[in-house]
Amino acid sequence: MKYVDEYRGEEQAQRFVGAIGRLVTRPWTVMEICGGQTHTLIRSGIDELLPAAVTLVHGPGCPVCVTPLELIDRAQAIARRPEVILASFGDMMRVPGSTTDLLDTKAAGADVRMVYSPLDAVKLAEQNPEREVVFFAVGFETTAPANAMAVWQAHRRGIGNFSILCSHVLVPPAMEAILGAPHNRVQGFLAAGHVCAVMGTWEYDPIAARYEIPIVVTGFEPLDLLQGAYMTLRALEEGRWGVENQYSRSVTRDGNRPAQELLGRVFEVCDRKWRGIGEIPGSGYRLRPELAAHDAELKFEVGEIAAQESPDCIAGEILTGQKKPHECAAFGERCTPEHPLGAPMVSAEGACAAYYRYGRHEKVSSSP
Amino acid sequence: MSDESRRDFALSCPLPLSEYPRVQLAHGGGGRLSQILIEKLFLGAYGNPALRQLHDGAVLATGGGRLALSTDSFVVRPLFFPGGDIGSLAVHGTVNDVAMCGARPLAIAAGFILEEGFPMEDLWRIAESMRDAAAAAGVPVVTGDTKVVDRGKGDGVYVNTTGIGWVAEGVEISPQRARPGDAVLVSGEIATHGIAIMSVREGLEFETALETDSAPLNGMVERILAAGGDGVHVLRDPTRGGVASALNEIAGQAKVGMRLEEGSLPVREEVRGACEILGFDPLYVANEGKCLAIVAPEAADAVLAAMKADPHGREATVIGTVVQDHPGRVYLRSSIGGLRIVDMLSGEQLPRIC
Repeated sequence: MKYVDEYRGEEQAQRFVGAIGRLVTRPWTVMEICGGQTHTLIRSGIDELLPAAVTLVHGPGCPVCVTPLELIDRAQAIARRPEVILASFGDMMRVPGSTTDLLDTKAAGADVRMVYSPLDAVKLAEQNPEREVVFFAVGFETTAPANAMAVWQAHRRGIGNFSILCSHVLVPPAMEAILGAPHNRVQGFLAAGHVCAVMGTWEYDPIAARYEIPIVVTGFEPLDLLQGAYMTLRALEEGRWGVENQYSRSVTRDGNRPAQELLGRVFEVCDRKWRGIGEIPGSGYRLRPELAAHDAELKFEVGEIAAQESPDCIAGEILTGQKKPHECAAFGERCTPEHPLGAPMVSAEGACAAYYRYGRHEKVSSSP
Repeated sequence: MSDESRRDFALSCPLPLSEYPRVQLAHGGGGRLSQILIEKLFLGAYGNPALRQLHDGAVLATGGGRLALSTDSFVVRPLFFPGGDIGSLAVHGTVNDVAMCGARPLAIAAGFILEEGFPMEDLWRIAESMRDAAAAAGVPVVTGDTKVVDRGKGDGVYVNTTGIGWVAEGVEISPQRARPGDAVLVSGEIATHGIAIMSVREGLEFETALETDSAPLNGMVERILAAGGDGVHVLRDPTRGGVASALNEIAGQAKVGMRLEEGSLPVREEVRGACEILGFDPLYVANEGKCLAIVAPEAADAVLAAMKADPHGREATVIGTVVQDHPGRVYLRSSIGGLRIVDMLSGEQLPRIC
């Protein structure tokens, strides 16, 4: 497939693996931010091809994983209201709240629909004027522009029965939270290419400077990740820090200006709680006050929700790179994709799900 | 029937729309309306000597020996999708399940559960499509049943089909027969059906010219058995759960391992594109007209040639081998040379966020 196969060639991959092997002289720990990158790394077996001295730890960039439990409970409570159609991205459907997930809520009679784009949820609202359509708006800077566009269109066209339950999170404050933590082991970052396609790379300059680390904006194909890892490790070996751009075919320093303007019109920055990590100042988006009519949290009173995480789940340590999924006592035993204790085991982008699905908890025989 | 009269016959539903444009509860009540529905619509579609008996069941002659029996219920949504519908799917699904036992399908029984208010014209289209699919497979629909449920208690129409087939002397097809050294073959491009259906699901529509791969495989299975003989160990149609789930089941039952080559998996360009966008792995996406064959190494070339000679198997290829290592586990060598496990799917694949 054009524009995909070019980034999956075995010969070039082996060249990068060889180059990294020759480059590395001591142990390094590098974090990839995005869960999509985690899955590519594990799925294509890059983690096993790299020298043992290189440890890849997996970052918090999985929107499903970091959405707080209370908010998932709240989404279910709103979905149970008879007038509501709750629309959600597919991989949000199976994430457990404190007692159940959206698929179960649907099975119990709630009207829950899977959509691929928030604009489809706006369409649902138009087609069902007697119902209230609530879109569960989760994600990073990547999904934020489309969600902002949905709210903006509903606002402009007077579609009053459309609202969003908003849980947007932002990458740079999370990186600072990881780097500033007392037990941090991350020495370099592969930043998420698609986030930077929207926001640009300039946000990362102050972080690289403050913590004196290399940050390489990286794409999502196997060769992207290998090249991103090579660039990060080369900077580490040479004692350099700063922002580099591996994903230059999609990312510019300024990013997508019209998308950023739209985000500014619809959202404002707020403090946000991250599941497993806790509250990070200035790390989220909420709707601006003038768009409050489209805010599902204000529109639907569902009472106080206090949620309790499973005490066995160490999602926080996983999402900040302090531990790897198979280092969790519950991994693969009490916690599996069928019975997840925490979100990283559910989402297509969760690190625990990647380790489980691709058998990283088992020994792979190297014989052909 | 000549082509021309067949076309006339296909033009419209034999139940005049002015009389009964929609299914009524009484169409399943066993009285006159039931009789009209059966005689005009179903007999019109499937009329064959066994069915015309209008008996409680069909009596079939066999040459003795072993019989294969399989049943499957079809609750697909939407009912009509690119390249097929619930009717053709219900025939292909059961014909293929019987064929995967190494049997020659002899006859199908069809049960319909209709929702009150279902358009008669749509029911006719489904019956017609079943007729065409059964004719193409060379397997008659010999007996059936119709029930009608209250409006709101069904999803338009559900179809159950049961198929019976005859297993020739010496044919021994069973998942337990997979053994180390065997070749793993697939009869064509995978994941097409699942993506074609996904493209017309509410909320996920995307533009594509993709059509389902739904097809009868009994002809291909006959070719495979003729070419490979006793060297054909396992046959399986990788429907729901896709190739990955089918191979995991076989690996578990035979207590063997499997190694696949990502680069050798045949996937159509459009399907790969859709999978990339949705975050799906084609190995887990459903097929309706594909056959996996696990065959002794010495029979592999002949079976591959037999598959390719069939109209539904032109893109057949070898995708892996059965190994002694890691029994019960399927591994895949990725396109960049890494190795990973291909596990059973837990739940449905859900489209990702970003």
